[in-house]
Amino acid sequence: MGEVIVITSGKGGVGKTTTSANVGTALSLIGKKVVLIDTDIGLRNLDVVLGLENRIVYDVVDVVEKKCRPNQAMIKDKRFDGLYLIPAAQTRDKNAVTPEQMRELCDSLKNEFDYVIIDCPAGIEQGFKNAISGASKALVVTTPEVSAVRDADRIIGLLEANEIRDIKLIVNRLRVDMVKKGDMMNVDDILDILAVGLIGVVPDDEDIITSTNRGEPAVTNEKSKAGAAYRNIAKRITGEDVPIMDLSGDNAFVAAIKKIFGVKQ
Amino acid sequence: MDFFGFFKGKKDSSKNAAKERLQLVLIHDRANVSPEFLEMLKGEILEVLSRYVEINHEEFDIRLTRAKSEDGSREVPALVANIPISKMKRPEDFSADRQRECI
Repeated sequence: MGEVIVITSGKGGVGKTTTSANVGTALSLIGKKVVLIDTDIGLRNLDVVLGLENRIVYDVVDVVEKKCRPNQAMIKDKRFDGLYLIPAAQTRDKNAVTPEQMRELCDSLKNEFDYVIIDCPAGIEQGFKNAISGASKALVVTTPEVSAVRDADRIIGLLEANEIRDIKLIVNRLRVDMVKKGDMMNVDDILDILAVGLIGVVPDDEDIITSTNRGEPAVTNEKSKAGAAYRNIAKRITGEDVPIMDLSGDNAFVAAIKKIFGVKQ
Repeated sequence: MDFFGFFKGKKDSSKNAAKERLQLVLIHDRANVSPEFLEMLKGEILEVLSRYVEINHEEFDIRLTRAKSEDGSREVPALVANIPISKMKRPEDFSADRQRECI
């Protein structure tokens, strides 16, 4: 029996879709069978981030309206064994799907997949309610900014109110240089405020933009720091204990010297 | 002591401003308390207390803040009131008030 994980944030533009694409791809790279569902109906994007936009025939609304079977709407990613996408509809709106329909869909998919990953739209309205209805776990994406952290707090409250207790935080787009100068909240600051478990820290990385330009998730790029962070998150999802990456940018020697002098990272 | 931090002047950093502002705004978000609610609460507390003590209304202040829970494990919202008493009423004063209310 698989797990249904919703990727959400409240605020738009913090990297939900990028996270969904990368975590999903990374899970498939470690041999898991994964289906990604884009629930941002009317603002479909997960297809284009994954580079699968030319292969859409049916979408999630067609599935819940029983115009096709779930397997017909699933796009099999030919590059990554075990990765599938059910795209959002582009010409409908959030009200085209109900929470009951989503729950039914997730329940049937988790028999067939190790992970059902739901890319949630921004906001706390119908689209959010649909996206979380079938999920038992949530990954909340935030960035080290007041607006994103505030919205993450609200989302955590709403998830708990909806009986989703397994909530983990992803701090995305961390600027190590700014954290060092004291001009950006660090991960501990955010954890102090949100009081939720951390599952990963993703540094701000230009590779995310270039890989999205090409429709190739950054996890496939061995050199990308963000890609490595997402691969680690995928391992932690499977239960593997992977330490949080050291993003201070210091090499081992400098880090050791700093430790001797008691410099906080 | 953080030797390097001493020179960085960490107190003024913008991240501290962000953290402090967030902590304050989240108290209100989490408690879901509206200003009207606080006003109502303030009004009724004043009403009860005024039966027993004279209160300086101008300086009476009630606000939502945060405090450590009793076991110290987490932060909880707390109501903090500053109620300056200008004069204690004598027992005969409030019994007189009572009688007036009864009539």
